[in-house]
Amino acid sequence: MLALFYIFIGVAIGVSFWQITRILNLRGVIATDKDNQQQGKNALLFMVFLYAIMIYCLISLNVIMLPEAASFEGEHDDNLFNISFWLIGIVQFIMQFLIFFFTFKYKGSQERKAKFYADSHKLEFIWTVTPAIVLVGLIGYGLWQWNNVMDLSNEEDAIVIEVYSQQFRWDARYAGEDKSLGLGNVNFIKGINTMGVDMSDKRSQDDIQVTELYLPVGRKVHFKFRSQDVLHSAYMPHFRAQMNCVPGMVTEFGFTPKYTTEEMRLQPEVMEKTKGINKIRREKGEDPYEFNYLLLCNKICGASHYNMQMKITVVEEDEYKKWIAEQPTLASVINQ
Amino acid sequence: MSEHHHKETFVTKYLFTQDHKMISKQFLVTGMFMGIIGVFMSMLFRLQLAWPEKSFSIIEAFLGPHQIDGVMNPDMYLALVTIHGTIMVFFVLTAGLSGTFSNLLIPLQIGARDMASGFLNMVSYWLFFLSSVIMVISLFVEAGPASAGWTIYPPLSALPQAIPGSGTGMTLWLVSMAIFIASSLIGSLNYIATVLNLRTKGMKMTRLPLTIWAFFVTAIIGVVSFPVLLSAALLLIFDRSFGTSFYLSDIFISGEVLHYQGGSPVLYEHLFWFLGHPEVYIILLPALGITSEIISTNSRKPIFGYRAMIGSILAIAFLSTIVWGHHMFVSGMNPFLGSVFTFTTLLIAIPSAVKAFNYVTTLWKGNLQLNPAMLFSIGLVSTFVTGGLTGLVLGDSALDIAIHDTYFVVAHFHLVMGVSALFGMFAGVYHWFPKMYGKMLNKTLGYWHFWLTIICAYGVFWPMHFIGLAGLPRRYYTNTNFPMFDDIADVNVVITMFALVGGLAQLIFLANYFISIYRGKEAPQNPWKSNTLEWTTPVEHIHGNWPGKIPEVHRWPYDYSKKVDPNDDESDYLTGEDFIPQTTPLLTNEEPS
Repeated sequence: MLALFYIFIGVAIGVSFWQITRILNLRGVIATDKDNQQQGKNALLFMVFLYAIMIYCLISLNVIMLPEAASFEGEHDDNLFNISFWLIGIVQFIMQFLIFFFTFKYKGSQERKAKFYADSHKLEFIWTVTPAIVLVGLIGYGLWQWNNVMDLSNEEDAIVIEVYSQQFRWDARYAGEDKSLGLGNVNFIKGINTMGVDMSDKRSQDDIQVTELYLPVGRKVHFKFRSQDVLHSAYMPHFRAQMNCVPGMVTEFGFTPKYTTEEMRLQPEVMEKTKGINKIRREKGEDPYEFNYLLLCNKICGASHYNMQMKITVVEEDEYKKWIAEQPTLASVINQ
Repeated sequence: MSEHHHKETFVTKYLFTQDHKMISKQFLVTGMFMGIIGVFMSMLFRLQLAWPEKSFSIIEAFLGPHQIDGVMNPDMYLALVTIHGTIMVFFVLTAGLSGTFSNLLIPLQIGARDMASGFLNMVSYWLFFLSSVIMVISLFVEAGPASAGWTIYPPLSALPQAIPGSGTGMTLWLVSMAIFIASSLIGSLNYIATVLNLRTKGMKMTRLPLTIWAFFVTAIIGVVSFPVLLSAALLLIFDRSFGTSFYLSDIFISGEVLHYQGGSPVLYEHLFWFLGHPEVYIILLPALGITSEIISTNSRKPIFGYRAMIGSILAIAFLSTIVWGHHMFVSGMNPFLGSVFTFTTLLIAIPSAVKAFNYVTTLWKGNLQLNPAMLFSIGLVSTFVTGGLTGLVLGDSALDIAIHDTYFVVAHFHLVMGVSALFGMFAGVYHWFPKMYGKMLNKTLGYWHFWLTIICAYGVFWPMHFIGLAGLPRRYYTNTNFPMFDDIADVNVVITMFALVGGLAQLIFLANYFISIYRGKEAPQNPWKSNTLEWTTPVEHIHGNWPGKIPEVHRWPYDYSKKVDPNDDESDYLTGEDFIPQTTPLLTNEEPS
């Protein structure tokens, strides 16, 4: 079988070489009117192809895209994204039309004379000022939203969670009842103290170390990120959240979950995507998939970068309280 | 000079030559060789992404110890994307593009006998050659080549414990890049000196072809930003080999705490991107310059808004040095900086939009000669618009959070700087091949090459935006560990197929190129009926470019289809031809354009 394949490749190469030398013997080098005709038509055909692939992807790949933001902060992200997307979409469709239609329409011939048109201050003024005005709007909205997202001051009620990364796993530490995390440093890593928490720090005692995140819906979560070896990035796409984990410093991010995992599973967008995924999984004989929020590593960190994830479950407040009460504190685990 | 021919040996003519025309060919062929490696690597890792568990004999044959039964190792996957990025960005699209066309065109288009320093020009090429050799050697070290991504962020790039490629492979990578930077700096200084000092009589800065403006400004950006990358690389070498802590702090790896204290990887990111972002324009501006020239010539029309084009090149160059932070919105830097960088980044959209609109207006009511070079230039405008527009999403810090480092970014930059710059490079080769070899490239093969390439480019990168919007991070060896990405498997297969066809289509170009050198049709002196000075030189290469005196310049380079009556498009051409070379003195009663 393989031998046949190699023979086939050999023949294919031979034939292409023969064809190429044949074409080279034609020795055509500069476009003639006939070429301009043909290539002008090709430009039009290509435009049809381009529009087809653009529209096809926009429609048929809509289902694979991330669902609506699952955090309150993400609402404006989605909004701004939609505005930007419509805007660039319209400009894209118009510009590509002009480029390839002009190529077709003004294809050269001996009879044509090009218009000598070197300058127009009016036109140039228009297309400098129009993008500028549009950008002022986009920048304004974007900066306002950026400040919204990145502002982590005045949040009395927030849950403080440290997300801790290492090759190739995630851990997390809840601040516990005092809402304050004990100090951490790699020098304290020893035995079961895998996150390097300073146990002589009073604030560490009630901290809770877990391998999976539980978040109550509707309450701000204040994340602090640490890394013990290389750069990682905590990417929580459903919440429109991402922050690098940098060895030697603590980085921060925050958001407020909007839907519980259960609610999210019942969203039409999510249900449709899940249905599509499960159809594929059934064909391959794999277990069905159920929607879960995830935290993924999104900064190249080594061989198993592609498999560094942590499950996030968003639940109602009382369920969260029940769960957190069941988790042992660091004092009870490490100091024994 | 041409009057006294000194005897040339093979070594002085083809190897250690100081003639800019030969050096430009050396750059091009070396760049093409590296390009073949870079593109081939992308085909290998596209196979892995489309069919993660499948065994391929081609992978078995090429990856040696870095594969098991025809399935590549995760380490090797990362190495391939790292080296693919490095080679394409630096070796192909910086040295291969800028090195080739700056060398070829600067002296020829400004009317100089050679570069300001032929010797430094030669040194620049041989340093580039050396760095290419070292980069290729690094592919064969036992633990594998550098694999921390082309941005080589420490600590991953600093610690061999973190990834095997950060051992000898990374050392060679750094040495190669340091030499590369030296080469690039020497080249750039030479370009700047030449453009400023060696213009022929009458060649005012406002009469320079836009190609030269682009190469000139590119060289300035290079001189401003490449030294910063050199310092970043040097500090990394110190951290790796001499125990300093510029970038490293508080690290626990393979069961022990390392001694590093007080450094920060964020510092490295700042230094890297201070080059890294201008680098995008170091790649793109020459391509845009080439395109401006080719679109104007083949439209038989002046480039629309010559001064606005120069203005936008300068504006892009200036802005490019103050936007690097948009690669670092989620790096942990102060959010206020994020605001500043969002602002400056989105401003770049304005000069870029001006350029795109000016290209389209140049096409409008032209007499388009659809040569392969022209098609590639039009293709560049198309991909530049498509890729540039998504920059509005990525440059906005608030939106970037959600799609940073996903395939959306990969699609964006491949279109806007990868494919666009490659199209510019191809356009340049098709257009100036007669000037390089005295032969013409075959147009039929050129047409096949163009249409296959642009179809595949869109086939690869348009769907890729959507898997990015599905939240798929880049640099994942496979996404099979995430059921939430199961539904993009088909898209990955389609992308890979387009990538394979697109990669193989480049063979058409290679065949056309190398066969035409020997068997191509003899080139006429001015095949494209162009105005610029390089077409006044004889087809045969001679030292000093012009046999007699250097021609004098009397007008700007874009007097195409200038009419007797400026207000009547159908009136006769001013000189009876639809082009007026720069060497033609102003006619009586002629308004200078």
